[in-house]
Amino acid sequence: MKIKLFIVALGLSLVGHSVSAQDVLIRHATVLTITKGTLADTDVLIRDGIIAEIGKGLRAPRGIEEVDATGQFLMPGIIDAHSHIALSSVNEGSSPVTAEVTMEDVVDPYDIGIYRALAGGVTTSHTMHGSANVIGGQNETIKHRYGKTDPDDLRFVGAPRTIKFALGENPTRSHGRRGSQGGGGIVPATRMGVEQVLRSSFENGKRYMEAWDAYRLAVKTNPRAVSPEYNDRLEVMADILRGEILVHCHSYRADEIAMLMRVLKDFGVTKVTFQHANEAFKVAPELAEFGASASVFADWWSYKMEVYYSTAYNAAILMRNGVLTSINSDSGELNRHLYHEAAKSQRYGGLTDDEALSMITINPATQLGIQDRVGSIEIGKDGDVALYDSHPLSVYAIPMQTYVDGKKYFDRLTDADDMRIQVSPTASFSSYETQITGKDHFHGDNEIIDFEDLFGVAAEATTSTSTSN
Amino acid sequence: MNLLLTIVLAFLTLFQQQEQEQKARQGTYAITNARIETVSDGTIENGTIVIQGDRIIAVGKNVVIPPGAEIIDGTGMRVYPGMIDSGTSLGLTEIGSIAETDDTNEIGDITPHMDALTAINPNATAIPVTRLSGVTTVISEPAGGMFPGTAAMINLFGYTAEQMQAGNAKMLILQFPVKRTGGGFGGGGGGRFGNRSDSDPEEEYKKAMAKLNEVWDRAELYNRIEEAYAANPQGKERPVYAPEMDAIRPVLAGSRTLMVKVDEEAAILAALEWVKTRKIQKVVFSGVSEGWRVADKLAEAGISCLVGPMLATPTRGSDRYDRAYANVGLLANAGVKVAIRSGESENVRNLPFNAGFAAAYGLGKEAALRAVTLAPAEMFGIDNDFGSLSVGKKANLFISDGDPFETSTNILALFIDGFNVPIESRHLDLYKEFLDRDAGRLKPVEVLPAGN
Repeated sequence: MKIKLFIVALGLSLVGHSVSAQDVLIRHATVLTITKGTLADTDVLIRDGIIAEIGKGLRAPRGIEEVDATGQFLMPGIIDAHSHIALSSVNEGSSPVTAEVTMEDVVDPYDIGIYRALAGGVTTSHTMHGSANVIGGQNETIKHRYGKTDPDDLRFVGAPRTIKFALGENPTRSHGRRGSQGGGGIVPATRMGVEQVLRSSFENGKRYMEAWDAYRLAVKTNPRAVSPEYNDRLEVMADILRGEILVHCHSYRADEIAMLMRVLKDFGVTKVTFQHANEAFKVAPELAEFGASASVFADWWSYKMEVYYSTAYNAAILMRNGVLTSINSDSGELNRHLYHEAAKSQRYGGLTDDEALSMITINPATQLGIQDRVGSIEIGKDGDVALYDSHPLSVYAIPMQTYVDGKKYFDRLTDADDMRIQVSPTASFSSYETQITGKDHFHGDNEIIDFEDLFGVAAEATTSTSTSN
Repeated sequence: MNLLLTIVLAFLTLFQQQEQEQKARQGTYAITNARIETVSDGTIENGTIVIQGDRIIAVGKNVVIPPGAEIIDGTGMRVYPGMIDSGTSLGLTEIGSIAETDDTNEIGDITPHMDALTAINPNATAIPVTRLSGVTTVISEPAGGMFPGTAAMINLFGYTAEQMQAGNAKMLILQFPVKRTGGGFGGGGGGRFGNRSDSDPEEEYKKAMAKLNEVWDRAELYNRIEEAYAANPQGKERPVYAPEMDAIRPVLAGSRTLMVKVDEEAAILAALEWVKTRKIQKVVFSGVSEGWRVADKLAEAGISCLVGPMLATPTRGSDRYDRAYANVGLLANAGVKVAIRSGESENVRNLPFNAGFAAAYGLGKEAALRAVTLAPAEMFGIDNDFGSLSVGKKANLFISDGDPFETSTNILALFIDGFNVPIESRHLDLYKEFLDRDAGRLKPVEVLPAGN
């Protein structure tokens, strides 16, 4: 008996540690690493949630779960740089500037939208404040650890803070324009006003930061120095100026994109991602020069005036002009097939496989400041991977399994049909939930959003798809 | 995807040709050495297809090319019948959020006399954008209310309604009543859009059904009066004209199809019962997102279904994540005749991708192709002219460098009514202008100092 135990202990010590739920060995896959090429018939070993080895014929640690992926394609878990899933509210539409609010406070781990995203190979979402305000709230980067019920367990620990800005029609209608569309007759009603809201917010933030910096210096020698008044909104503005918060700006037209770059330049802010940015292609050289990046739709257009002069070639033009570009969903429907959305850049502009896939992996990771952790299949990165039955850029590709931190959260073959975490005891059996594409029923879910923008309507779990474009 | 360079070169060559020849022209064309997917008669490898005027005059391996025909070398390329989208609002709306550009929804709940063909803008920006996906023909639908109007099948080339109309196929739309429970269809689960009200959903539904039956009773009565008067007008007072009742008569006469828009399981069952009781002769169901729940009943009733979009989330939180992708395949496998609809306006170009997802999730590629070509043509009795590549049919077809459902495939040329329509759209124009925006500029623009 003692000898047996000794042998077991020896065995365990040989493999270093025991097998955990975050260990898996995926064998014989075509591995789309994104950053280091495509590897045929290759094994990927994930240990303790981290990619430990990549190679052919890897030795299996004892007891590890092995997945035979012969004929299948393994890619990094998809990263959605613009989402509103897993949120119980989206817009604090009460003022043109609400920098102090944060989506961290409203993460809803029960949203079935998280599972549906996993079923499309998406492992990380940048779940964002809405677009009602020029400076909206701070966003949250989450991992799709579906099944955890503590919102904090979904957080992407170590991801930089980000904040939502918004230009153009949404903030001007939400605040400036009076009438049936809900505006309150306060600045901004025009794109000129949007610029001045930004400039005064940054200037006040700068003065606040300088006052505090001066105080912190003074208090070292003068303990009786009086501190400036604390202001949580200006704290956030100061953090943006310090480079501690990345700006993600809802924008469409080329002129407003150029405007924000001028404002940021004047205040020394260097990191910005233009979200949606349907007309970014018109100022691609300026974006490249600034070092700004863009997170765009594959083909959405024409649902409002500021996206009328769009082109589905936007992503390809941006990539060819050296702008770091991602494809996002902004939708609980589109996020389930971002691999297909990325593939559209091949029809519209002839991007290569790696270029197309980079727009849903390493590029959005870079835009969120998490590129050292996710976005490619490399040793040392998080074990966030997705397995497809055929090349993920094919329209016929079917996502088969999705792993977050080495743990399997989606399996097409073994998952139950009903994957809700919590079944409402009050809902009747035949209760009907949101038809998510919406387009058939309202003209474009875009308009729902706009209403949400205006009234700050809470996004229900069932309307996780409602967008905010 | 490894054929990328070839594709791009072929595309650009064609591009240059188009730039010299911007106008759509009919004539005599022979597409040679192509893989021809006829849909009705299988695949012809290295085949030739000859177009003269608005018709296909020859298809096959060994066909005589008429003298003077313009030859299009189709080596390495494929020819398909133009795709048909069985449910859109294309041409009825230009910019979604701007009411002035939206002609889908007339005032009133009972407006069957509103004719989509009247308001379709032949120059809508989205029409050329759509053509570039290989879609040549769509059903464009009014929306809103119980009887929103009459939908029309249109070709995506033409300058007037008459030129665009495809085979005189029109459909009377009925939005079938739904019993709201909690969140309504398209609603936000009890939120602002949840159709929540103080009234009892059961009462509301009963009222809506009573209204539908009243409308239909009146239409039948109106029809009988009109028929009686027409049979012998002698000495009778001419009945009062009721345009909305008049618009329903073609359905009662069996000459026009009733398109029942219905999605939810209980509503589908109610609609099946209703069309049976009312003895509707020509009927299709449209939407049918929960059709898979009652596929056997739909099959048994022999109701054709215009299904879609596939690119949608499940209707219920408890449903399997891929239900919307799989629905049309489940229906077809149960024996229901299916066609595919995108439900789109500006992005009807995603019809082939809807079909691709349907194919992957159970429908199969061949059936998916049929569902966007011959199947809808048959359902609306226009299969003598549309839906497949055979002699005598209208020349509605396209040439592609691969499987048109595959995302990376490009459509290289497209014919509608025999017109060789240029591969042009605003999206492509903007690409050409902005890919290398400053190529024509000699030196960078001077940045002026601030404060001027």
